[in-house]
Amino acid sequence: MNNDWPLWEVFVRAKHGLSHKHAGSVHAADARMALESARDTYTRRMEGVSLWVVPSAQIVASDPGEAAALFEPAADKVYRHPTFYVIPEHVKNI
Amino acid sequence: MDRALSDYAMRLGDDSLILGQRLSEWCGHAPMLELDLSLANIGLDLVGQATHFLMLAGDADRLAFHRDVLDFKNCLLVEQPNGDFAQTIARQFLFSNWQELQLRELSGSANETLASIAAKAVKEVSYHARFANEWVVRLGDGTDESRARMVQALEWMWRFGDELFDVDAQLDPLIAERIAVDPRELRAEWEARVTKTLAQATLDVPVPRRGARGGRMGHHSEHLGHLLATMQFLPRAYPGTVW
Repeated sequence: MNNDWPLWEVFVRAKHGLSHKHAGSVHAADARMALESARDTYTRRMEGVSLWVVPSAQIVASDPGEAAALFEPAADKVYRHPTFYVIPEHVKNI
Repeated sequence: MDRALSDYAMRLGDDSLILGQRLSEWCGHAPMLELDLSLANIGLDLVGQATHFLMLAGDADRLAFHRDVLDFKNCLLVEQPNGDFAQTIARQFLFSNWQELQLRELSGSANETLASIAAKAVKEVSYHARFANEWVVRLGDGTDESRARMVQALEWMWRFGDELFDVDAQLDPLIAERIAVDPRELRAEWEARVTKTLAQATLDVPVPRRGARGGRMGHHSEHLGHLLATMQFLPRAYPGTVW
């Protein structure tokens, strides 16, 4: 029966103020089941305060074959890194 | 510790302990990995609650592992075998919906320890109820086979519902002191919740039949003895052992 159930990608928000991060995937027959399975699989050790589940089939991924064209041009553009600002100590999660 | 209170804590603890042990039997055998985790999580929640209730009743380990079947005070519903997945869900459905209401009321108990255990546990159990409700809908309103199994499972488990609402001479004084919940007051809301979910599942409410009862007095089905044999083997064979 496992094969009949589509795959869902799970995103967990670790705490308020942070964005949801990909945590893994679950099999589920519908969205509610996916949410429950995600809760039981990925937040049982207090990892999160919010969950997203997305049908894996809906994820559009970049082509690994195009990785060079897509990502390498950024490699030598250090001026794009905002390293010249001083971040106040009390600001978290930047 | 007054005897009536300790007995009451034992009833609450035994319900959770026995169902927790039952659910643990699914570990490694559930229809799929995600469900394996869900059922184990629910089982662990229940064992955690049992620990707190039995600590109030006395020595939790002694009570769990060195009591014989006649001294267990759990309701008959929770000791029913897992059967197929639908049967496990039917049992959880009837029990968790009741337990959630019971714990909600118990969180206002005049006994502070009971109240605080209940306040923590009710959040866990409202998830258990949600999980079970959704599976009742999914199986009931699912394929021909899942529906037939769900109908059969409810048909079997239904007879153990009445006992959840019984009161007896031991409970009366505690109810009068606002320590124990009067389960009779939960029945209407429980029926409304259960009926609503059954309607969503396009299932009929099972035909009422003579309720099976006696668990609170220690009159259990033969299944409980087998469950205890598994659960109690290790501490009895190796007394005082630790890991």
